[in-house]
Amino acid sequence: MEAYLSLAVKSIFIENMALAFFLGMCSFLAVSKKVETSIGLGAAVIFVLAICTPLTNLVYVYLLKEGALAWLSPGLAKTDLSFLAFLTFIGIIAAAVQVVEMAIEKYAPSLYSALGVFLPLIAVNCAILGAALFMVERDYNFAESTIYGIGSGIGWALAIVALAAIREKMRYSDVPRGLRGLGITFMITGLMAIGFMAFAGIQL
Amino acid sequence: MSKDSKVLLDPLFDNNPIAIQVLGICSALAVTTKLETAVVMAIAVTLVTAFSNLAISVLRNYIPPSIRIIVQLTVIASLVIVTDQILKAFVFEISKQLSVFVGLIITNCIVMGRAEAFAMQNGPRASFIDGIGNGLGYGIVLLVVGFFRELFGTGKLFGMVVFPLASEGGWYVPNGLMVLSPAAFFLIGGFIWLLRTWKPELAEKE
Repeated sequence: MEAYLSLAVKSIFIENMALAFFLGMCSFLAVSKKVETSIGLGAAVIFVLAICTPLTNLVYVYLLKEGALAWLSPGLAKTDLSFLAFLTFIGIIAAAVQVVEMAIEKYAPSLYSALGVFLPLIAVNCAILGAALFMVERDYNFAESTIYGIGSGIGWALAIVALAAIREKMRYSDVPRGLRGLGITFMITGLMAIGFMAFAGIQL
Repeated sequence: MSKDSKVLLDPLFDNNPIAIQVLGICSALAVTTKLETAVVMAIAVTLVTAFSNLAISVLRNYIPPSIRIIVQLTVIASLVIVTDQILKAFVFEISKQLSVFVGLIITNCIVMGRAEAFAMQNGPRASFIDGIGNGLGYGIVLLVVGFFRELFGTGKLFGMVVFPLASEGGWYVPNGLMVLSPAAFFLIGGFIWLLRTWKPELAEKE
C-alpha cells in the first residue's frame, strides 16, 4: 500500500509531467489563459490518462512484450512485437479519446460543452503517450500503471490550473514588449518548475 | 525570393515553429541538456516532418476528411518507428538518452501541425520543402538552447572540454541550474524575447 502512495506522490509532485518532463506543453501554454478552461482541460486529461495508461499496460503486457503471446500458443513464445508499441499506443489513445468523448456527450452534456474542442485535442497531448511510454520503460504492473496514470494526470492538471491563475493575475503587470504573451509564460513556467523541484527527495 | 526558398526559409525565423507557432515545445525542452542529443533529435524531427509531409501530400486527394487525423497519425507513427529502429541500430547510446522522446515525435505538434496545415493543401514538392524548413526552424532553437545548457552547465561542447572545471583543476565553476529543467524554460523565453525585439511585427496582438 505504501509503495502505491509513494508512487502517487512521486507522479503528482516530484516527477510532475508538465514541469519536470515538459510533456503536454503545447496545450499547457495555449490553454492556460483562463482558470476556468484550464480546469476543464485538466479534468479531461486526468480522465483520459486514468483510462489509457492501464489499457496500454494490458495491451503491452499481453500482446506486444517479448514472449507476451505465449498464452495464445507456445509457438509464439519468442515473438517480440514491442517495435509496434508506438503505433498501437497512439491508436489506443486516439480510440479511447473518441470513446470518452462520445460517453461524455451522452451522459454529461454540460461537461461536454464546457470541454468543447479540447477533448479531441487530448489525443495528441504528449502527456498521454508519454505516460504510456514511461510505463513501458519503467516496467510498471497493472495496479502501478493505474496509479501512475491518475497521479500524473492530477499533477498535470495542478500545474496548468496554477499557471492559469498566475497568468490571470499578470494582466495587471507591466511586462517588457517583446516578452509579452508567450515569452513571459515560459519564464513563469520555469519559476514554477523551480518551485516544484522543492518536492524532490520527499519519501513516504 | 522564389517560392521554394520562401517556403524553406520562412519557418527559420519569421514563422519559427517553436517561437511563433508554439508547436513542438515538449521535446525542445527535454532533450537539450546536451548538444549531441539536441542534434540527433533535430535531425530526426526534420526527417520525420519532411517525409510525413511528403507522404500525406501525395495521399491528400485520397484521404477522406472524416478520418484524416487517424491517417496522419498512422503515417507519422510508422515513420517514427523507422526512425527509432535506425537510432537504436546506429547510435544506441544516444537513443537510450533520448528515451521516450523519440516516441514522442509522434505527438510532436510540429509534425501533425504541418501535415494538417500545409501538406493537406499543397503539392508533394512544396510540402517536402516545408517539412525540412520547419524541422530546421525547430533545430535552430534546439541547438541554441543545447549550446548554452551544455556549455554553462558542464563546461563542455559535444562532450569536449571548453571551460576546464574548477573541480578538475581548471577555473570554471559550472552553473548547476543549466542542466536542470527550469533553465530550458528561461532560455526559450529569452530566445522568444530576442526574436520579437529583433522583429517587432512578430509580437502577439494585445
